[in-house]
Amino acid sequence: MIDFPILSLLTFLPLIGVAFILLIRGEKQRVEQNARRVALYTTMFNFILSVYLLINFDGSSAEFQFTEKVEWFPALGLNYSMGVDGISLFFVILSTFLTPICLLASWTSIKTRVKEYMIAFLILETFMIGTFCALDTVLFYIFFESVLIPMFIIIGVWGGGRCVYASYKFFLYTLLGSVLMLLGIIWLGITIGTDIPTIIADNSIPFNVQIWLWLAFFASFAVKMPMWPVHTWLPDAHVQAPTAGSVILAGVLLKMGGYGFLRFSLPMFPEASEYFAPMIMWMSVIAIIYTSLVALVQEDMKKLIAYSSVAHMGFVTLGLFTMTTQGVEGGIFQMLSHGIISAALFLCVGVVYNRLHTREISRYGGLVKNMPKYATVFMLLMLGSVGLPGTSGFVGEFLALMGAFQVNTTIAVFATTGVVLGAAYMLVLYRRVIFGAQKNEDAAAMSDLTKLEYSYLVPLALIVLWLGIAPSYVMDKVSPSVQKLIGQYEAGLKKSPTSLDIALRENE
Amino acid sequence: MEVLSFSSLAPIYPELFLAVSALFLLMVGVLRHDSNLRIVSWGSVIAFTIALFIMSKSGVDTGGIDSGSILNGMFVQTHFTFFMKVLVIGGLITSITLSVQYLQQDNIMRFEYPILVLFSGIGMMLMISANDMLSLYMGLELQSLSLYVLATIRRDHSKSAESGMKYFILGAISSGMLLFGISLLYGFTGSTNFEVIGTTLANELSLGAVIGFIFVLAALAFKISAVPFHMWTPDVYEGAPTSVTALFALVPKVAAFALIIRLLFVPFAALSDQWFQVMWLLAFLSMAVGAFAGLRQENIKRLLAYSSIGNIGYAMIGIVAGGETGLMAVMVYLTLYMVMTAGVFGIILCMRRDGRGFENISDLAGLSKNSPWLAYPLAILMFSMSGIPPMAGFFSKYLIFQASIESGLYSLAVFGVLTSVVAAYYYLRVIKTMFFDDPVDKFDSAIEVSRKIIIALALFVVIAFIFNPSPLIEISSNAVRGLF
Repeated sequence: MIDFPILSLLTFLPLIGVAFILLIRGEKQRVEQNARRVALYTTMFNFILSVYLLINFDGSSAEFQFTEKVEWFPALGLNYSMGVDGISLFFVILSTFLTPICLLASWTSIKTRVKEYMIAFLILETFMIGTFCALDTVLFYIFFESVLIPMFIIIGVWGGGRCVYASYKFFLYTLLGSVLMLLGIIWLGITIGTDIPTIIADNSIPFNVQIWLWLAFFASFAVKMPMWPVHTWLPDAHVQAPTAGSVILAGVLLKMGGYGFLRFSLPMFPEASEYFAPMIMWMSVIAIIYTSLVALVQEDMKKLIAYSSVAHMGFVTLGLFTMTTQGVEGGIFQMLSHGIISAALFLCVGVVYNRLHTREISRYGGLVKNMPKYATVFMLLMLGSVGLPGTSGFVGEFLALMGAFQVNTTIAVFATTGVVLGAAYMLVLYRRVIFGAQKNEDAAAMSDLTKLEYSYLVPLALIVLWLGIAPSYVMDKVSPSVQKLIGQYEAGLKKSPTSLDIALRENE
Repeated sequence: MEVLSFSSLAPIYPELFLAVSALFLLMVGVLRHDSNLRIVSWGSVIAFTIALFIMSKSGVDTGGIDSGSILNGMFVQTHFTFFMKVLVIGGLITSITLSVQYLQQDNIMRFEYPILVLFSGIGMMLMISANDMLSLYMGLELQSLSLYVLATIRRDHSKSAESGMKYFILGAISSGMLLFGISLLYGFTGSTNFEVIGTTLANELSLGAVIGFIFVLAALAFKISAVPFHMWTPDVYEGAPTSVTALFALVPKVAAFALIIRLLFVPFAALSDQWFQVMWLLAFLSMAVGAFAGLRQENIKRLLAYSSIGNIGYAMIGIVAGGETGLMAVMVYLTLYMVMTAGVFGIILCMRRDGRGFENISDLAGLSKNSPWLAYPLAILMFSMSGIPPMAGFFSKYLIFQASIESGLYSLAVFGVLTSVVAAYYYLRVIKTMFFDDPVDKFDSAIEVSRKIIIALALFVVIAFIFNPSPLIEISSNAVRGLF
């Protein structure tokens, strides 16, 4: 075990980077270059630290590890309490992994207010890691909600044409969901406490209260996820955000919704989750089919990938709410895999966007001729998104569908059509951009991947393959925590039988 | 009747001292001809500081600050009044400090300005400590009359005159209502003393007394600008010179709030079923109007007027929730609101180009490029005002909603968080203008050190509150414990 507060270090290390960047003085060019370097080194170091965390993580245990607890707000019983288990561990690593990649991706493409940009990303990293590590509901909320501030600025300042509208929509939509969750957190804080493990272990919340609390948390996580029909902020935010903003949004921020379901909704309100599970599963199916169809007709590359994100998140919610081992593990794996694949796809869009400054699919074509390396990487990632066996996308979708099949065959059948549709829109995108005739001269004249672009696309592509071939490295560490989660869920269901259960039992 | 000795007046020493120093500074102002505004301003800041010192001292001398009532029950000093007076004096010191440079720049070289602030301060302190309807009225009028004059201090400016006039007429009506209510209460309970009224109402509840109480409450709702008695606020905020607006936003509402709390929990405690509904509605309407009416404002002072209406609504949730947690939340809320407002107005006062003041939100365009040292603090304060963690504004809202949920006021809590999302839109608009819009001309960069200190302090509290929120919470809960 590690004998220093590694989680706090991981969380707050980026802020030290911020302090360094603020101290940089001198002429503009040098300041910008140094700000980039400081930010990159800080996040790289943070990533290495998180790998150290991964190595020291005891994969056989389902308990929270590396826990820290300090009294913070004694008058209200709030604690500064951190810890990771198998569920949150990989989200932390996803965050630390994607942040340096984002910085690399914006190394040359961001030219205005570089210093502020780097600071925004470092602060964002702090809040993201904090969200996944917090073991106190209020602390969680603070991190969860604080994320909005840097993201709002990133979309608004460095975004594209209608970025102001998109940043407002993103901020207010998410805030609207979160404040309702805050009321739920306050209610829990008054009746049980703010310590997450304690609340999970407590099965005393009556069913009618659980319903309301579940809805309050659902409002927040469903918007964040985003689930149909509250997904409309996502395409706008993705399209207008700078490339790195989209990467973080798709790669990490969306996962906060799924993580929230895993950490709060399912274990804390099992009866309500059981009650609402059919609704969620149907909503997921609608999301999968509807947004896939919408993605089919998109003319904007980023919008297409944004809609595909909603569809993929549909598989996640579908898997999670089956509450079967396969379903939940599939949901988690799908989140991780989507975090990598969609991040990489947005980066791929960024590569060509930086050259041509348009995201319109019809402006491209025949890129395979002048950009063969790009075409190869894009192909691998596209197939990952489709869910081809051997890539990480397959494992998550397959497990989630397997879980769904055990619970409700009809739903599973409908959801599986989403896999076909997913293949359809991704292949159409790929064909129109990469193959075909070279219609536009400027598109035909684009140069292939630079070394810088290689440096961030290749690791992502390799991880997609690695996770597809050997998912067990991740799953082995996730499994115990999932088993525990399901155990708690079932204990929660048995302990307080609903009136319906009692009636059924009497009939037997 | 007890013989009045000077030492028995210890609890009122600060007020007496302030009155004497106000008269003294008035003489200084009249007799000196050059730079009298500066001297009188800093003189009154010193007077307030000494008053603060005397207050803490006199509390210690008489064995704890809870030294009970003096002057035949006209005046009390409790932990609660102590806390509120500290807030009021702090707010007044801040507003004078912020105004010195502004008054010179706008050529409002009237040494009466700080004197009037001093008098209004005495009025507010008297009304916070009032334990009798008569002393309440005297204190309230002293502060109101001083503030009416302050609103019109720029006589040659039509908007300033208009705002002062509106404020005066509506204020006079509310005073009339107050007096009418007091006379009804006197008629039905036979006393003007808070405690006597309290015991009489607890024994026997007459309809006349309830009507009188409603009149009193309506008059005070006017003072805190709770909806539907808020009509004057946007106009007065917009018309008054900005430094006076800062004063209005910072202090009088807090003082009137303290008075409302004392009235509701001392003489009218027996009427809690009645006032519960009234306050519930006032809170509900204030939050709604504060959020929705602010959406389309172009003038930042009007925007802050609506923001203050909304904030009063949130603070009132704490009163409706009642109990120690509710009132503690109110105290923390008011304190942090004052801090944030001080910072925001400190920055708004810097919105000047070529010696002229600007007050439209659009004038802030591109501020983050032109003067980042104004833009970043204002952005942080705006995020805090909209209740986004990790800023202090989040905690004040958190405590309020916690109190409301604890007392089962779910509908008010849900409505409160929803309106806070609506209000977030207009706070975001300020940030958007500063960060996303193309820059216009630069603001003047000459900013007095004292103003910088105030902005920096406000910013520090807003950011650092998360690290150690306990002291303020403990002081606040100590202060309200005395009320029960």
